[in-house]
Amino acid sequence: MPRAFTPKVVTANALLEGDVVYLTKQGHWTRKHEEADLIEDQATADIRLIEAQALAHEVVGPYLADAIKGADGPEPVHFREAFRTRGPSNYAHGKQEG
Amino acid sequence: MYAYTDFDRDFLAERNAQFRAQVERRIDGSLTEDEFKPLRLMNGLYLQLHAYMLRVAIPYGTLNAGQMRQLATIADRWDKGYGHFTTRQNIQYNWPELRDVPDMLDALGEVGMHAIQTSGNTIRNVTADHFAGAAAEEVADPRPVAELIRQWSTDHPEFQFLPRKFKVAVTGSAQDRAVTAAHDIGLRLVERDGEIGATVLVGGGLGRTPMIGKVLSDFVALPDLLPYLEAVVAVYNLLGRRDNKYKARIKITVHENGIEEIRRLVDEEYIIRRAAFNGADMQLFGKISADFAAPDFVHGAGDYAAQYADDPVFRSFVDTNTAPHRHKDYTILTVSLKAHGATPGDATSDQMRVLAELAESYGHDELRISHEQNVILPHLPKRHLRAVFDALSGAGLATANIGLASDIIACPGMDYCALATARSIPVAQEIATRFEELKLEYEVGPLKIKISGCINACGHHHVGHIGILGLDRAGVENYQITLGGDGGPDAIIGERAGPGFAYDEVVDAIERLVRAYLAIREGADETFLETYKRTGPAPFKATLYPASEKAHAA
Repeated sequence: MPRAFTPKVVTANALLEGDVVYLTKQGHWTRKHEEADLIEDQATADIRLIEAQALAHEVVGPYLADAIKGADGPEPVHFREAFRTRGPSNYAHGKQEG
Repeated sequence: MYAYTDFDRDFLAERNAQFRAQVERRIDGSLTEDEFKPLRLMNGLYLQLHAYMLRVAIPYGTLNAGQMRQLATIADRWDKGYGHFTTRQNIQYNWPELRDVPDMLDALGEVGMHAIQTSGNTIRNVTADHFAGAAAEEVADPRPVAELIRQWSTDHPEFQFLPRKFKVAVTGSAQDRAVTAAHDIGLRLVERDGEIGATVLVGGGLGRTPMIGKVLSDFVALPDLLPYLEAVVAVYNLLGRRDNKYKARIKITVHENGIEEIRRLVDEEYIIRRAAFNGADMQLFGKISADFAAPDFVHGAGDYAAQYADDPVFRSFVDTNTAPHRHKDYTILTVSLKAHGATPGDATSDQMRVLAELAESYGHDELRISHEQNVILPHLPKRHLRAVFDALSGAGLATANIGLASDIIACPGMDYCALATARSIPVAQEIATRFEELKLEYEVGPLKIKISGCINACGHHHVGHIGILGLDRAGVENYQITLGGDGGPDAIIGERAGPGFAYDEVVDAIERLVRAYLAIREGADETFLETYKRTGPAPFKATLYPASEKAHAA
C-alpha cells in the first residue's frame, strides 16, 4: 500500500525582505501560514512548486513543507516550520512583532 | 591598529559598487537566485530562517571606537538596533533588507570594515587571541601576522574556490585563547633563538568530524610564513576532496593522506612558492607592525587599591572579569555580553556606543571581540577601572561572570540559522538564569558551557567542558551532552555522555552535572575539568542517567 500523503504548503522567503511567505490558492504570496493553499496530493504539490519556482523574481528558495488542516487554515507540522510562522524565541521580532 | 590605505579604500569602494549593481540586477530580474547566491555570499549576505543576515568580519577581533559606533549606527538605521557577535569574531545583523545591504557595506567601508569572505569556500575572517598586544605572558602580538594574512587572502585569485571554507587563527601566547587547534590552520607564535616564528598546526576543526590540528611545522620564521601558508593552501586546493562536501575540509585531507605526506607535499610546493616572494610581503609586514605598536602606557594606578579594597561588588567584578596586563598599572577588562537570561553575544546599539565611549575616554581607543562572544577593553588603566565599572553598570554591561557557568557561548541556532536542527539561544538563556537563581556559579568556578544548534558546531560544543548539541530527533528538539572538552593549548574533543535530552530536560541535566561535580571534587581548587579528568565520565554519567545505572546494577 502506498504511504499516505502528508499535505503540503509551498513556502519560501520574500526576495526583498527575506520574510517567510506561503503560496495561496490564487497563486499569490501571503505572510500568513493559515492563508496558504493546503495541497492534498503529490501531483498537485509538484505542479504548485513549479508555479512557485516561476515566481523567482518575488521569492527565494521555494519548497514544500508538511502541514495539517487546522481550525483557521493550514498549520505547520515540524517545529522548524512552526518557528518560521512566528520568528525567533529570544525577541518579539519577525512575524510575531505584529 | 591597522589603518586603511587609499588602495584598501578604493578596493572596497569598487567591490561595493559591483555588489550594488548585482543587487539591482537581482531585483530587476536580470539575475536568477542561482546566479546571485554565490555573489551575495562572497559579500557576507546569507538568507536565514526569517530574514537575510549580513555577516561582517571583525578581523582578529579588533575594533576602534569609531568602528564600534558605526556598527551601532548600522544596527539602528538598517537593522533592529542590535548586533550579534559570533564565535568567529564577526558581527551579524539579523534583519537587513536586500535593497539596503549595499548601503550597509558602504557604511562599513567608511570605517575600514567589510563583509568579504565571511562566507563561501574561501579563506575566512582571520581570528586571533582577543588579549593580543595586551596579555602579560604574550610572546608576540598576533595581529600584524593576522592582518598580513587578511590582506594576502582577501580576493586571492587562487583561493576563491577552495574545496571548502578555510579558517585561520593566530595566537601569540602559550595560553592559546584563539583555539588554534580547532582551525584549518592554527598559528602559534613562538620565539626561537631570539627570532619570532610560528608553529603551524593544520587540519583542526569541529563540525561533523571533530579533529585536533596536527603540527605541520615546529617553526616557520616570519619571513617565510606567507609562502609557507600559500604552499599549504595550494596543496589543499588540489588535493582536497570536491566529491563530497562532508569530506572536503582540510582536516579530512590530512586524515586521509597522513600528516607526513601533507608535509612532504607542502615542503615541495614551498620551494616554488618561496622563490616567488621577493620581500614585498615583509616590507608590508613592517608597515603593518608599526600600526600595531603598543600605546603609550601611562604610569600610576591612582586610587585603584583603595577602590578595590572598599567595595566588595567592585572587587568581585574585577576578580572575575579582568586579566593580567603587560603593564603593571593596566588591566585587561572583559565586558560580559552574557547578562543572565540575555542572548549570548548580543549588544544593543546603545551598549555599543557606551563601549566605544569607554574605549575612547579610557582605553586607548581599542576594543576587542572574543570568540567567546564578549567585548574586551584590552588596555585599561587601573586608575579608571572604577569609573568604567560604574558606566558599564548603567548600561547593563557589568555582569561579573567571565569564565563561569553563565558565560555560555551559543550559536544562533534555530532562532535564526537556516542550517540549525534545534534552538541554542533559549537553552543558554535558561541555563544562565538557573545558575543565577541557584547563586552557585562562584562556588562552581571556571566552567565552559558551549552550545551548538547543529552538527556544524559553530558553538564549539566539542571543546566545552560541558558541550550541548541540539539535534532534530524524529521532529523533536533533542540535546546531546559532551563532557571533558577543552579549547586551550592542549585541546581535547569532549566525549558524548549518552542519549540526548528533550528541550525541557536539558537545563536540569546540566544542573545535575554541576551538582555532581561539587559533590566529588577534591576541594574548591579542583575545577570541573580537572575533576572530570581525574574521575572520568562515570560519576557524571551516573547523575545524568540514574535509571540506566540502576538497570545495569540489577
